[in-house]
Amino acid sequence: MKAMKKTLLAAAMSVVAATGVQAAGVSNDVVKIGVLADMGGVYADICGQGCVTAVEMAVEDFGGTVLGKPIEIVSADDQNKPDVGSAKVRQWIEDENVDVVTGLVASSVTGAVTKVLTDAKKIALISASASNAFTTKACSPYNAHWTYNVAALANGTVKQMVNSGKKKWFFITADYAFGHALEGIATKVIESSGGEVVGAVRAPLGTTDFSSYVLQAQASGADVVGLANAGADFVNSLKTSAEFGLTETADVAGLLVFTPNAQALDPAIAAGMKATTGFYWDMDDQTREWSARFKARHGAIPAMPHAGAYSMTMHYLNAIKAAGSDDSDAVMKQMKASKPDDFFARNAYLRNDGRMVHDMLLVSIKDAASRKSADDIYKIESVIPGDEAFNPMLPECDFK
Amino acid sequence: MATIFGINLFALSGQLLVGLINGSFYALLSLGLAIIFGLLKIINFAQGAMYMLGAFFAWMALNYMGINYWWALILVPLAVGLLAILMERFLVRPIANEDHLYSLLLTFGIALVLQGLFTHIYGSSGLPYQIPAELKGGTKLPFMYLPNYRAWIIVSSLVVCFSTWWVIEKTKLGAYLRAGTENPQLMQGFGINVPLITTLTFGFGVALAAFAGVLAAPVYSVSPEMGSNILIVVFAIVVIGGMGSIGGAILTGLMMGVVEGLTKFFYPEASTTVIFLFMVIVLLVKPAGLFGKEA
Repeated sequence: MKAMKKTLLAAAMSVVAATGVQAAGVSNDVVKIGVLADMGGVYADICGQGCVTAVEMAVEDFGGTVLGKPIEIVSADDQNKPDVGSAKVRQWIEDENVDVVTGLVASSVTGAVTKVLTDAKKIALISASASNAFTTKACSPYNAHWTYNVAALANGTVKQMVNSGKKKWFFITADYAFGHALEGIATKVIESSGGEVVGAVRAPLGTTDFSSYVLQAQASGADVVGLANAGADFVNSLKTSAEFGLTETADVAGLLVFTPNAQALDPAIAAGMKATTGFYWDMDDQTREWSARFKARHGAIPAMPHAGAYSMTMHYLNAIKAAGSDDSDAVMKQMKASKPDDFFARNAYLRNDGRMVHDMLLVSIKDAASRKSADDIYKIESVIPGDEAFNPMLPECDFK
Repeated sequence: MATIFGINLFALSGQLLVGLINGSFYALLSLGLAIIFGLLKIINFAQGAMYMLGAFFAWMALNYMGINYWWALILVPLAVGLLAILMERFLVRPIANEDHLYSLLLTFGIALVLQGLFTHIYGSSGLPYQIPAELKGGTKLPFMYLPNYRAWIIVSSLVVCFSTWWVIEKTKLGAYLRAGTENPQLMQGFGINVPLITTLTFGFGVALAAFAGVLAAPVYSVSPEMGSNILIVVFAIVVIGGMGSIGGAILTGLMMGVVEGLTKFFYPEASTTVIFLFMVIVLLVKPAGLFGKEA
């Protein structure tokens, strides 16, 4: 009976959509936000409970209601498994009337979840995933990719280093979709800037011992060894590089560094290393104010996906208010029409393909002597304007 | 440069040495498992968590109590061994006479609880631990740069592994141990306290894992996941060596380190699976393992 009702409702709604009449107001008398993240695995520090906290803060700062209706948050652990994530999201949509899904960490999970969401015409607000597929080959009118992507990482760190004369590159790459995407786009940037890639090794995800790969990197004679990996893989490979003296004969560049990873490194090893980030807590008064509030609740300084999760939730709620409806198409149209502007989103706009373009930061890791506290880890070297950082829009993804 | 079949021999020697270093960790961990299984018939799934605990205790000792690496190398295995003794006495022993499956599930549960606890308190990103000042730097070998700390890993783990093997196989204490597991009633008849020996053996087997954890802290990321990542490989090694074979566990550990190292050189993508492939072949050809006695 319930299923029957749902089918009738769906049929009725599609008629409404087809006739171009937009349902005004809030469906089911509640705006329900689902936060899907890695609550206990390798990415838990990057976007787990912290992303839930950030979304809660956005809802509280917004006032807890929109168009007179309450805003509710539900959250779940995707365990970094696409099947777990997509099953949860399907349940949220079908049984719990969830309107939007945020968080979204491992690119593999996001790939599966965005398909489910697009089929159901629900918006995906992607904060922590790195792959640029969600706005290119797997683009959708219901995707909004916020914090960063692999193109921004390559156009930040890699381009800057090649231009400063480091022409010969070797990659130690995490052997899965994210690593391949990052290595691929970095290779394009290197070659178009006049450099060359002299070799690469693909290390399986979760490799503990990188010494074999470091020896191969050393033997290649490269100027720069690019670490196209993340999390524990990044920390382990950098530690081993330092131990085997690679950091003395070549530059080692971490292509994706989150603040908790940078904090896990001995400053003696990591000092001076460049990284690209979408956000740093100690940039100005605005970022410090928000970060202090976040730290008081979460216990650690925010990493960029946390700040992104706040910013995109806020922009989403503002769009509902302005559109006068929580209908996905109306809200997405409004999100693209108005520019996000908060402590995170600088010179920002949501492009038609769903890519949120904003200023990125090129930072370097501080040495022990110049750190004023345990949280004082980056020096901001330069600001990379959003249009230079992100990949250009593909014509087939131009959803107006 | 010398080459054979177009392969740079210098590069190859480097890879062999690096494989041997990695094999030292495998040897220590699989030795602990093999002792516990061989003498107690317990499949200890918490061995990886104990390795993780070793690394975390070393970090905590340094950061909360100012205990340096060298003291940690002695004190941490003792502390973790003591915890294991309590665990054996109050959790494992009550189900000692049940099917093996019960102790397997129990130890697996303990491992999950410990991993969850440390993730909750310290997060999943890992903690920094420095190489002790005495072992910083390295030696330039003709074919590679060998960090002093890696040389120390090989030497210390080989010394610990082979003294353990010697005690169990060649001394009177070892003879008691082996006899106690063969026929506990008879041994008790001779006036030997078998439950005490069992408890101490469990504690020692776990202490080996904690020792490996302290050794690993300066070179690998000290994180809650580190134990579960390595445990499955170590189980495969124990199976390849022959369940319960003490010498077999050590030799297979070193050998698999080298096999994995060579795979990382020739075909890195297969480096995490090669040991399991090896396991399948060994099980097909010699089901009791390379060094195991046929049942």
